[in-house]
Amino acid sequence: MSAREEILARVRAAVADAPDAPPATRDYRTTHTAPERIVELLAENLADYRALVHRTDEKGLPGLIASLLADRGSATVLAPPGVPPAWLAALGPGITRIEDNPDSTARELDLVDSVVTGCALAVAETGTLVLDGSPDQGRRRVTLVPDHHICVVRVADQVVGSVPQAMPRLDPTRPLTWISGPSATSDIELDRVEGVHGPRTLEVVLVEG
Amino acid sequence: MSGTYLGMPAFPVAAKAALGNETLRGNLRHATHTIRDKRAKAVAELDDWALLREAGKQIKDHTLRHLDRYLVQLEESVTAAGGVVHWAGDAAEANRIVAELVKATGETEVVKVKSMATQEIGLNEALEAEGISAYETDLAELIVQLGDDLPSHILVPAIHRNRGEIRDIFRDRMGAWGRAAPEDLSDVPADLAEAARLHLREKFLRAKVGISGANFMVAETGTLVVVESEGNGRMCLTLPETLISVVGIEKIVPSWQDLEVFLQTLPRSSTAERMNPYTSMWTGTTDGDGPSAFHLVLVDNGRTDTLADEVGRQALRCIRCSACLNVCPVYERAGGHAYGSVYPGPIGAILSPQLRGIGSEVDASLPYASSLCGACYEVCPVAIDIPEVLVHLRERIADRGGKGHRLEKAAIKASGWVFDHPKVLAAGERAASLTRKLHPSRVPGGAAWTDSRDLPELPAAPFRDWWKKNRGEKNRGEENRGEKNDQGGKNNRGEGTAT
Ligand code: SF4
Repeated sequence: MSAREEILARVRAAVADAPDAPPATRDYRTTHTAPERIVELLAENLADYRALVHRTDEKGLPGLIASLLADRGSATVLAPPGVPPAWLAALGPGITRIEDNPDSTARELDLVDSVVTGCALAVAETGTLVLDGSPDQGRRRVTLVPDHHICVVRVADQVVGSVPQAMPRLDPTRPLTWISGPSATSDIELDRVEGVHGPRTLEVVLVEG
Repeated sequence: MSGTYLGMPAFPVAAKAALGNETLRGNLRHATHTIRDKRAKAVAELDDWALLREAGKQIKDHTLRHLDRYLVQLEESVTAAGGVVHWAGDAAEANRIVAELVKATGETEVVKVKSMATQEIGLNEALEAEGISAYETDLAELIVQLGDDLPSHILVPAIHRNRGEIRDIFRDRMGAWGRAAPEDLSDVPADLAEAARLHLREKFLRAKVGISGANFMVAETGTLVVVESEGNGRMCLTLPETLISVVGIEKIVPSWQDLEVFLQTLPRSSTAERMNPYTSMWTGTTDGDGPSAFHLVLVDNGRTDTLADEVGRQALRCIRCSACLNVCPVYERAGGHAYGSVYPGPIGAILSPQLRGIGSEVDASLPYASSLCGACYEVCPVAIDIPEVLVHLRERIADRGGKGHRLEKAAIKASGWVFDHPKVLAAGERAASLTRKLHPSRVPGGAAWTDSRDLPELPAAPFRDWWKKNRGEKNRGEENRGEKNDQGGKNNRGEGTAT
């Protein structure tokens, strides 16, 4: 008998006399947050987990992104191909935009200073951004290897209150990355240290209007 | 289950040794108290916690009852998404499959994201025997691996090491494994983390094969989920060309929607966070993003035996959050190594003897490594009645005509705590069993003190309240020392990986 058949046979024998166990009842809440509180809560929870939160509107976005990059002294910024050109329209002359080239190596990506992406959605109650690899978010590694990530959230249609509200809006066939604050560890005497492997700095821009 | 912790003494002996180690006990007390207090706050934010806990329990019970069906469905969905599924009956078979998969790539190095399942089967050692180096990339696992040590906690495996020891391990050992630590490395956590970042980045950027476990597998979609904090998981899951995930067969959830329950309960129970910094979900392979080859190795290794035990099977609901470790008075005293198993603490005391069988001294002693105070059951996000299973396993050991009696006395003596006072223990056992709606006239296995007399009056308050009140003075002393420790460390939030 193959291992597969053997394991399945053992499972069947093990539960043969077990009582019925029906599917779960889902009487937990679908959200804990009133709709009018959602955006404030998202901003609070992101900040609580050490993301830097900025708020602007469509018009202010290019200027804000340009100044965030300039303040950090970034010389190179990577933006996946689906990022609207307007987002990076105000970059100063000292900053070079790099394309997300499928043939580039992780080592080349390691030399990039900053990355700018959109997101699939944001979850207020947990302070979480979810990326699904859409053209404005790029492959998973672009938001991982560089040390600085600026993520743009469209408040009007991308913010949900809770995890149960997020699930039906996500497509499991895509690779999904849930990001809640910058990379962190507390493995040394439980002292929190940011940026072990993922970006040390996560900046979130909430775009209203 | 393979005898991973070879040569480990039984719990009583190991616990006694740990009790003599002041550093270990100080670190443990500080860590467990910090995490448990924060956890309580994170849980209190959700007023439907009890309902989420019940749903989590029901989802897992339903899955286990129909595990054959969901395993087959998972295999279909993973295969349809471009993955390859392998089945391993035991540790040796799983290790052989992984070694062959690695060899087929022509590589001799792999990067690993922390995984309890691969620790359980002794994968690193098995790969080493085949000439393959497996690099652990979780910071705590790196500390353990470089220190030639064993993990002592599910979530923070190097909890028993302080910053000075970590600095020494990095300075002395990193060079032999890759990029050396700077000569003048300080013991400041940020500097230590930076040394690890540089050391590991070298490995991530050249790795061709990654090995992971998984927190969840979704039967309906074929999606695997890894929950972590540092980003080492994301590195291992996305940069290599080949990804091999080694996962216990009990980690299935039926539907995509089921994740909404566990993504709320796991981080809050585990690191006391609303959400851990990174969660990766992948379904087979994706063109142009991440590994081009994905292998899933489904591991039994004692799980079907556990499933066959009608009381003990609930241990398979465990989502490895480690909350039960942090509230356990015995774990706090004895430390993780005393359990002689990759699964320490209350869950280890019921899971390890079931996965491995109760044949060895260490496994037969584990069900006695508990005061039955019930705190582990109260915090468990999938409501595993650990005390019930402990009592049940004690019965099994006693039925064998075994040495339950002797083991129990030894375990209790070695833990040297509440156990110096038989009445306290008896009250605790009784209170605990009532909480569980378990009404033995005598506590099974508790015969040492209850043989010749009835149990003492039932205390009105739960055991831990009773303990606080009656032993308050000693307790306060301990808490004060704990506070001093707290002030020394800023920003404690207890992050870690929870794979
Ligand atoms: S037994 Fe429960 S509390 Fe303990 S690690 Fe497992 S899920 Fe967490």
